[in-house]
Amino acid sequence: MEQKNREKIMEIRDLSITFRTMVGPVHAIRGVNIDLYRGETLAIVGESGSGKSVTVKAAMGILAKNSVVDQGTIQYTYHHDDGTPKTVNILKLKKKELRRHINGKRIAMIFQDPMTSLDPTMPIGKQIIEGMLWHHRAGKDEAWKKAVHLLDEVGIPDAEQRMKNYPHQLSGGMRQRVVIAIALACDPDLLICDEPTTALDVTIQAKILELIQRIQKERGISVIFITHDLGVVAKVADYVDVMYAGKIVEKGTVEEIFYDPRHPYTWGLLSAMPDLDTADERLYTIPGSPPNLLHMVEGDAFAPRNQYALKIDRRAEPPMFQISDTHYAATWLLDERAPHVEMPPELRERIERMKMGGEPDGE
Amino acid sequence: MENKEPILKVSGLKQYFETSGRFTVRAVDGVDFVIYPGETYGLVGESGSGKSTIGRSLIRLYTPTAGRIEFNGMDISGAMNRTDMGRLRTEMQMIFQDPMACLNPRKKIGEIIAQGLDLHHLCRNRAERKAMVDDMLEQVGLAPEHADRYPHQFSGGQRQRVGIARALIMKPKLVIADECISALDVSIQAQVVNLMKDLQSRTGTTYMFIAHDLSMVKYISNRIGVMHLGHLVETGTTEEIFENPIHPYTQSLLSAIPRPNPQVEKTRIAQGYDYKAQGVDYSKGIQHHVGGQHYVLATPEEFSRWNKTRK
Repeated sequence: MEQKNREKIMEIRDLSITFRTMVGPVHAIRGVNIDLYRGETLAIVGESGSGKSVTVKAAMGILAKNSVVDQGTIQYTYHHDDGTPKTVNILKLKKKELRRHINGKRIAMIFQDPMTSLDPTMPIGKQIIEGMLWHHRAGKDEAWKKAVHLLDEVGIPDAEQRMKNYPHQLSGGMRQRVVIAIALACDPDLLICDEPTTALDVTIQAKILELIQRIQKERGISVIFITHDLGVVAKVADYVDVMYAGKIVEKGTVEEIFYDPRHPYTWGLLSAMPDLDTADERLYTIPGSPPNLLHMVEGDAFAPRNQYALKIDRRAEPPMFQISDTHYAATWLLDERAPHVEMPPELRERIERMKMGGEPDGE
Repeated sequence: MENKEPILKVSGLKQYFETSGRFTVRAVDGVDFVIYPGETYGLVGESGSGKSTIGRSLIRLYTPTAGRIEFNGMDISGAMNRTDMGRLRTEMQMIFQDPMACLNPRKKIGEIIAQGLDLHHLCRNRAERKAMVDDMLEQVGLAPEHADRYPHQFSGGQRQRVGIARALIMKPKLVIADECISALDVSIQAQVVNLMKDLQSRTGTTYMFIAHDLSMVKYISNRIGVMHLGHLVETGTTEEIFENPIHPYTQSLLSAIPRPNPQVEKTRIAQGYDYKAQGVDYSKGIQHHVGGQHYVLATPEEFSRWNKTRK
């Protein structure tokens, strides 16, 4: 792993976000650290309500109005057109500057639902060139040509004719392709995908993922992928951050997370994935439900659902323990004073099987 | 299982929708299958393949255009009299996809669950009604005191449990679960699937499980039917479909399932399937028997070609 040549493009430190609600403050994000390097894909995994979407919305500067950033920085590094690097703290930027220089132009986002992220009253061609006209002051003809090329690139046949179509004339998969084309229109160097395939069928999901991967390779952009589907993670990610109750509980390369998970929550997530290779009668489930972040979490947030919880888990929050250069996990089980706890044997067996190369694909 | 009398027999079911004077959508175009008592039949396919339409035609939310549906020895495809309709409405139940939208937000959970009992006068007095609701709530993993709460006070997984309780309190013979887990998180999906399995082993209900997620369908189903463009292209036991998929569409569906294994997943390219490019015409195909309970829709020529490429 060449650590040296990697250029960091985003660094989130100690990010804490609270939402003011009718019933009291909700501590949605509780000290998140994320590093992202150029050309790499980071997947953020977690259940709904774990704060993965809120984190990237903060990075995009599109948090809901009732949110308060308690502390933390989001340092984003980009290059001016002449190649001089510039680092900004996104949380400190004025909204106008953010929209002018960052959103769409340098950081683009793909949302979950292609039905609601497109404007139903505007032809898709117009929606694609909108950003180009605004950010690059490109000529209309030039932008139009580029849009046709983009549609072609994301795999929409008859791009020229499609430009005049309205969103309702396209299928769900096609619409998501249009959303990707819009995101790519201004040549961003960071693409944030917020569950881009959850609303789509498996066959279309596979195609969209392959498309995003291809574009990433061709353009060398960084991607943050938010999902709760570990199958998707295995396909696209270089690095994985596992989030639980507003904190990152384990981070590492995709191999480390899948083949050598250390946090009991990651064990649970991996065990709960339906496994096509075994004929188990029952699926594993993580008992209980995620904590309500309205109440201050005391100790480890996962402790009430954790069958391996130690006494200290109820009193003190575990720090991030380092396992390797890239692999960290926040669980007291890794403390040297902790009893030795192995991952569940079923999961161990399954990981061994995965390492053998999985199954010969039903042949 | 083959010797049993099927609980549901569908033959030549067609469901057309006239969208305008000139254009008719053939959502379901001639589908045959049977479901045996106590089993789980999984119906999979992409969106728009007609799988949900079948479910809705079976429970008579739609009036079928053509074909025959036999449920428990009773013909439910044509016009029905009051008693038959009443029987159908109690013996067949549905669990819907969106747990947010399928519960009346103004009614308490207890009222929602008991509504079917009230409509069909299935309980004699309030005490009996309360006992049935409380028992059902416990069976789906909720507490009796939840009966006095409103839907918005529950999480998605809990709401889906309410949906299941509402269906099962009628002691149905067949439950149609229409994408009932697609709107839930992966870990909650597992909980709901386990719950449905438990309830089935306790009550012996038959499930028809409509979904597009094949990995979950594999867990819950005994037999699977694969739908595409209004046709049932392949059907068989779960093993037959997963071990030996014949139809190219089934193969592409299976190849598209994401595996939680980076080594395999990084190199895997999903197999494409283009209906037009393959030159397949479903309406020309007939059901071919592959072996066991495995049938595939194909013309004789296609059947021999696909069979050859597999072996």
